[in-house]
Amino acid sequence: MTSHDARVLAAAVKDGSTTASAIIDAHLTAIDALPHLHAWITRVDGAAREHASGLDAARRRGEVLGPLAGVPMGLKDMFVTRGIATTAGSRMLTGWLPPYDGEHATRLREAGAVLLGKLSLDEFGMGSSNENVPGEAVRNPWAADRTAGGSSGGPAAAVAARMIPFALGTDTGGSIRQPAAMCGVVGMKPSYGRVTRSGMIAFASSLDHAGPITRSVRDAALVLGVLAGPSDGDATCVAEAPGDFVGACERGAAGLRIGVHKSALDDDAIDPEVRRAFTEALAVLDGAGAVLVDIELPHAALAVATYYVICTAEASSNLARFDGIRYGMREPGSTMTASLEATRTAGFGAEVRRRILLGTYVLRENGRGAYYDRATRVRRLIADDYDRAFAHCDVIATPTAPQPAFVRRDRDADPLAMYLGDVFTVGANLAGLPAISIPCGFTAGPPRLPIGLQIVGPHWREDVVLAAAAAHEDATAWHRAAPPGTVGETSFGRGSS
Amino acid sequence: MAVQYESVIGLEVHCQLETASKLFSACPLEIGAAPNTRTDAWSWGLPGTLPVPNKAAIESAIALAVAIGCTVHRRSRFARKHYVYPDLPKGYQITQGDQPYATGGALEIPGDAPHRVRVQRIHLEEDAGKNVHAASTSGVDYNRAGAPLLEIVSEPDLRSADQAAAYMRELRTIVRALGISHANMEEGTLRCDANVSLRPVGADTLGVRCEIKNVNSFRFLARAIEAEILRQTDLLARGEPVLRCTLGYDHDRDRLFVMRHKEDAADYRWLPDPDLPPLVIDDAWVDAVRETLPLLPAARRAHWRGLGVAVADASLLAAERDLADYFDALLDAVGPARARRASSWLVTEVLGRLHALPIASCPVGPKMLGELVVLVDDDIVSGRAAKEVLDRCWAGEGSPLAIVDARGLRQTSDTAAIDAIVAAVLAEHPRQVAMLRAGKANLRGFFVGQIIRTSGGQANPRLVGERLDAAIGEEPS
Repeated sequence: MTSHDARVLAAAVKDGSTTASAIIDAHLTAIDALPHLHAWITRVDGAAREHASGLDAARRRGEVLGPLAGVPMGLKDMFVTRGIATTAGSRMLTGWLPPYDGEHATRLREAGAVLLGKLSLDEFGMGSSNENVPGEAVRNPWAADRTAGGSSGGPAAAVAARMIPFALGTDTGGSIRQPAAMCGVVGMKPSYGRVTRSGMIAFASSLDHAGPITRSVRDAALVLGVLAGPSDGDATCVAEAPGDFVGACERGAAGLRIGVHKSALDDDAIDPEVRRAFTEALAVLDGAGAVLVDIELPHAALAVATYYVICTAEASSNLARFDGIRYGMREPGSTMTASLEATRTAGFGAEVRRRILLGTYVLRENGRGAYYDRATRVRRLIADDYDRAFAHCDVIATPTAPQPAFVRRDRDADPLAMYLGDVFTVGANLAGLPAISIPCGFTAGPPRLPIGLQIVGPHWREDVVLAAAAAHEDATAWHRAAPPGTVGETSFGRGSS
Repeated sequence: MAVQYESVIGLEVHCQLETASKLFSACPLEIGAAPNTRTDAWSWGLPGTLPVPNKAAIESAIALAVAIGCTVHRRSRFARKHYVYPDLPKGYQITQGDQPYATGGALEIPGDAPHRVRVQRIHLEEDAGKNVHAASTSGVDYNRAGAPLLEIVSEPDLRSADQAAAYMRELRTIVRALGISHANMEEGTLRCDANVSLRPVGADTLGVRCEIKNVNSFRFLARAIEAEILRQTDLLARGEPVLRCTLGYDHDRDRLFVMRHKEDAADYRWLPDPDLPPLVIDDAWVDAVRETLPLLPAARRAHWRGLGVAVADASLLAAERDLADYFDALLDAVGPARARRASSWLVTEVLGRLHALPIASCPVGPKMLGELVVLVDDDIVSGRAAKEVLDRCWAGEGSPLAIVDARGLRQTSDTAAIDAIVAAVLAEHPRQVAMLRAGKANLRGFFVGQIIRTSGGQANPRLVGERLDAAIGEEPS
């Protein structure tokens, strides 16, 4: 039961071959079996069972069920859920029970998805290893000493470990795609403005995206279709209706021009096994009829620096509201200012404090010209690079991350090394482009670790990204591999499905 | 020889827009509601909430910009201004920084010598909540948090405290005429910060300015500015420098106090708000709003002045939209030729009887008042009788004409009848007649009064005067 994709489960619920309750019970059992992964922050088993039996009753009454009927899901704890603790992975929000549901929770519930709980993350989405947490770091299901990636480490680990067929993550600089790559699952970030941010706790507003983590490209298309579309709660969300994402998965890759930025792959920081898997993935696409073309992204080397100026600036602003006055934790103090300082010092972890300090610095009246304003201009150049590249190709392929999952705590002392891991992912955030990470192989091991292929498309062209990704998936079986100790078909070899 | 200084004043006026909901959320807006009962997730700055602009607030903003001749920019931006205060739920205020939606207008302070004041810019922003201090605790009321404000920044074109207050009044008149704000200083829907500096008369550079914050009445505004001018004059006379600072005004003690000096100025860490796309106001939108604008106070005043209405009356009548509308209806009833008489009856008799109540509570409508004004203007009733008629109309006794007829208040212009009364009255008072003829002119009024009284109030006073003068002028027989 727990190895099935979301669309398979929903179809089974709708045709009566199983019940939502049976599905939920099986997945709750799978979660119970893997507590050492520390994927979940909050579970809502009771509410989930109640919701499932409600769906089963609705089906018996002959009601039409949604496209995700009876499908269990988890939300990264950045998504606001009414009456269910929402922490952003921070001590700061201890005790906060939101009085409202975010639009993501609402849309997914209306589609029939059943929330099992809230998933772990790097605090406020800041990190690439899911180690910036108040409690235990999330373990990689493929190797417990490895990070699950981040910041959506909980969602990626839970989907990889067959606890749930899909989760919702957030991606500010790669936080959906990088953990998806490291856990061997599919993670997709849509175009900026395609999916609402209303009800998603903000890290860096101009870079934040919500998107699905699944075990297949078609599931990603299905979930994205439920989430996409205009929103009354987000002025940056476009009014136009999204296209047919699920249908786009059947187009194939014949004739699709795949852009490859070769010089970016010469970097010594890229693991040879990642380079090998990426080359194989290009061969798979070539075999599916795609055309490989060389492209240049002249400002790509500036992307990480640009990203960290903009994301810290916006983070310092977005996190200014956490003052202990209206919600969340509050440390006492003899004055308002003393209480505020004590609250923010105790409430935020080291990485969040570091980014608030950096962001405050780059927005100073005497420094913003050299940092924030300049980064904004470089961002424009990076976006222009993509525009020019897409004149010659339909999508761009890169490895998702330069390295497979690294050993936990390995990069504690060197935040810069951690930041450089975002080299392939931040560009799509800076330019607001749709991008997906799909499994494309494993390291030789031991341990054998998943490797991800990233496909980036032009603005609003999720359909082309999905078509290319589905073509690769159709020609390989990497996405069917299940980590040791989980139920499912373990297959490291390349094969057709 | 001591240097003569002139004061240079610029105002930053905040005006709360009277929209149904807040600037960036559907949360209802209501002045005077119990604390924290007009809030939503956005007003509290809860995580996950985002701003969505309120179209009605933008339309109000366009209306004011058009009314005072500003350029409305096709593209402007909202920005975040950061500072720490409990009444600021997000740790930043969404406002407009270097890209306001409107710049470069002007308004004219009315009067015998109208004064033009340039408006540098107007921008749209959200209000903060309000700190409420009790004996040992402080609370915050977030009802106002997120309310739409317009900030109207003048150029330093004002030269005195009275002029500053007059500018504020004119601005209030305009926003009320537009119907976009209560614009009430006591209520906080109109607020003002004043920048004051001094410079030698004739200089074209500006002196060091000090900013007076949060003054909450016209009277205090003028007094605070006066006090600041005196303070700076005193410093300069002693040869001491004026230091740039922000001042508060203590209403109870009528005193200014320094809130902070320039070196303590906050770094607001301005950031274009990534949650809000650029605000786009195209010409078609501006034109559509322009179409809906009512006649503006300055235009009304000019029109009425052209009809002969006194300057003071025109200003007074234009100040409130309802009153101005009443007067226009009154003009419709009496015709433009009687504008001056109509305005003086409205100002003196009607407003006098209203004792500062709004015109909406006047029991005599413009049509009825118009009927009365025509009766007076056509010499059908005397002014004195007309006041009685107005009292009776006020009391609901009917229309002016009906009252005049029922009470026999029509004045007579029958020369023979008036001559008979004149003769009778003169005969009764031979000694006074002799004194009047000897040159004691103030007795004339006594006779006019006696004659009109004898006529039962019906004799036309103008005719009485003429006939009396004729009778006195004749040699005694």
